[in-house]
Amino acid sequence: MTSLTATIPTALDAPGAQSRHCDTTGLKVCLSSQSFIKLSAVSAVVFLLLGGIAAILLALTRWQAVHLLPVDWFYRILTFHGLNMLIFWILFFEVAILYFACTIPLNARLFSRKIAWAAFAMMLTGAVMVDVTILVGRADVLMTSYLPLLAHPAFYLGIILVAVGTLTAVFNFFATLYIAKRDRTYEGSVPLVTFGALAAAIIAVVTLLHGAIVMIPTFTYSMGWTPQPDPMWYRMIWWGLGHQSQQVNVCAMVAVWYLVGHLATGAKPVNETVCRGAFLLYILFINLASAHHLLVDPAVGASWKIWNTSYAMYLAVLASMIHGFTVPASIEMAMRDKGYVKGLFGWVTALPWRNPAFSAVVLSVVIFGFIGGITGVTLGTQQINIIAHNTLRITGHFHATVVGGTTLAFMGLAYYVIPLIFRRDFVWRGAARLQPWLFGGGILMVSLGMSFAGSLGVPRRDYDIEPSGAFGPASHLFLGIMGVGAVVAVTALLLFCFLCVGTLLFGERNSGRAMAEWGAAQRLPGVREGLLDHDHWAMKGTIALTAVFLASFAVYYFANWKALADVWPVQ
Amino acid sequence: MTPPTQEPFLKRLMDNPWLLLVLGVAIPMLSYTAWGWVEILLVKPATLP
Repeated sequence: MTSLTATIPTALDAPGAQSRHCDTTGLKVCLSSQSFIKLSAVSAVVFLLLGGIAAILLALTRWQAVHLLPVDWFYRILTFHGLNMLIFWILFFEVAILYFACTIPLNARLFSRKIAWAAFAMMLTGAVMVDVTILVGRADVLMTSYLPLLAHPAFYLGIILVAVGTLTAVFNFFATLYIAKRDRTYEGSVPLVTFGALAAAIIAVVTLLHGAIVMIPTFTYSMGWTPQPDPMWYRMIWWGLGHQSQQVNVCAMVAVWYLVGHLATGAKPVNETVCRGAFLLYILFINLASAHHLLVDPAVGASWKIWNTSYAMYLAVLASMIHGFTVPASIEMAMRDKGYVKGLFGWVTALPWRNPAFSAVVLSVVIFGFIGGITGVTLGTQQINIIAHNTLRITGHFHATVVGGTTLAFMGLAYYVIPLIFRRDFVWRGAARLQPWLFGGGILMVSLGMSFAGSLGVPRRDYDIEPSGAFGPASHLFLGIMGVGAVVAVTALLLFCFLCVGTLLFGERNSGRAMAEWGAAQRLPGVREGLLDHDHWAMKGTIALTAVFLASFAVYYFANWKALADVWPVQ
Repeated sequence: MTPPTQEPFLKRLMDNPWLLLVLGVAIPMLSYTAWGWVEILLVKPATLP
């Protein structure tokens, strides 16, 4: 271990530390961490671009009026899209977030460059292996690769490499936490952003363990060395990888919400203990939610299903609702403290809407909460799931959580990461301000189009619904809305990639000065700090919004029970 | 001389990443994975008609 860590001081402000001073935040930046944040973020954006190109091809195929791809390429591209968007883009960006969260806020250096290189090399090699195997037509098994469908061994080996590489990066994160605490580079508890990243890292460990448990015997089976694993067992363990990897996203996304809220408005958590408690609920209970993928599977019993998708999982839902309240509440309190106290929502109009990071995070909170959260809890109910399983409603749900929620939040963070870590100011700033709105609007159309088409019974993962003759004009209308939304969202995604690459190549360097500000909430003249210290109603606008959310939740939930009763009348 | 006050249990738990790691791995591994695995193992193979 000594050879891995050398004799570099742990604290970034110690003499001889390999760090630089950030001219914008005043923090010390670990140079090793900076290098791997850059590598991981650039790789993430490349996989996002690949997944986005696949997305438009798929949407234009499911949009029956266009029906672009031939059948074999549809399933090939669907496999490619799922893995690039749900695994590679997200995992690479999360590794960047982990390296940031364990070093810069803790004033600590990264534990080991060698381990970081090993992790990155494994992740990149694995991801490239998977993508190439899919594109040459040797892995048309969809992202879930349910047995007895069988892909080329390189496909499974690639996924194993990505999983082990990510686990190695997570180890580097934990080792950095250890040396930072041992060498007292910070005082007290870790900052909330780091705690959120810690929650993400713990969930990632569980996720990647499941990945290893399921993929290693599947790989050896594909090589002909061992018998075929039981398909039911495969499904259960695979979802310990497939769904839990999205819970890593949720933690990282919420950490980004808090971070960007603070950067754009100066918001501080309303109550640190409550926010950390919500992350604790994620750590303990969110991984159980994987069970809702097996709600119609025959081999696991009702007790297992109901315990894992209801009683225990609702504690994680509670955590999401806590974050969904405290993030806007902390922003409202910061704005009221700055003097924007008029009425219930006077502070909303004064928010820094021209800041693309902030607008991306607000849209992320709204889409994740109102669409993704409400549909997720409803679809995860065992009885209701029976009318929605394997329909486009499921796809509509997770495009609201993973794309409208996580991807949009990560895009928002990039508007700070690139100027602060790559030290170049964004080019085409007007287009950057528009990009989150375009992407958020597009993905909202995608999600709603899918959800309504799914409500009419349109199946997911289906190349062509016409031969059944069961779907009328309404279904085609909603698939059309999905298609138009996808065109808008992918245009915004391409714009995002264009802005990132353009900035890295042509952006003005900001070394030696603060980054060009996107716009932050300003204090009104004459308003003193701490004005609302004893005002318990300083978050009344958020309370009103929460009431609207809960009412929407109740209406949607009970409407689904009514829909179930219509399908399956009780006499 | 007043005795040193001990921090609340929840704060000590949340300041201990290693305990959080153990709990975060153990709970889903028992509730989801081990329990589900046992249920699948207990399914009798179907016989041909």
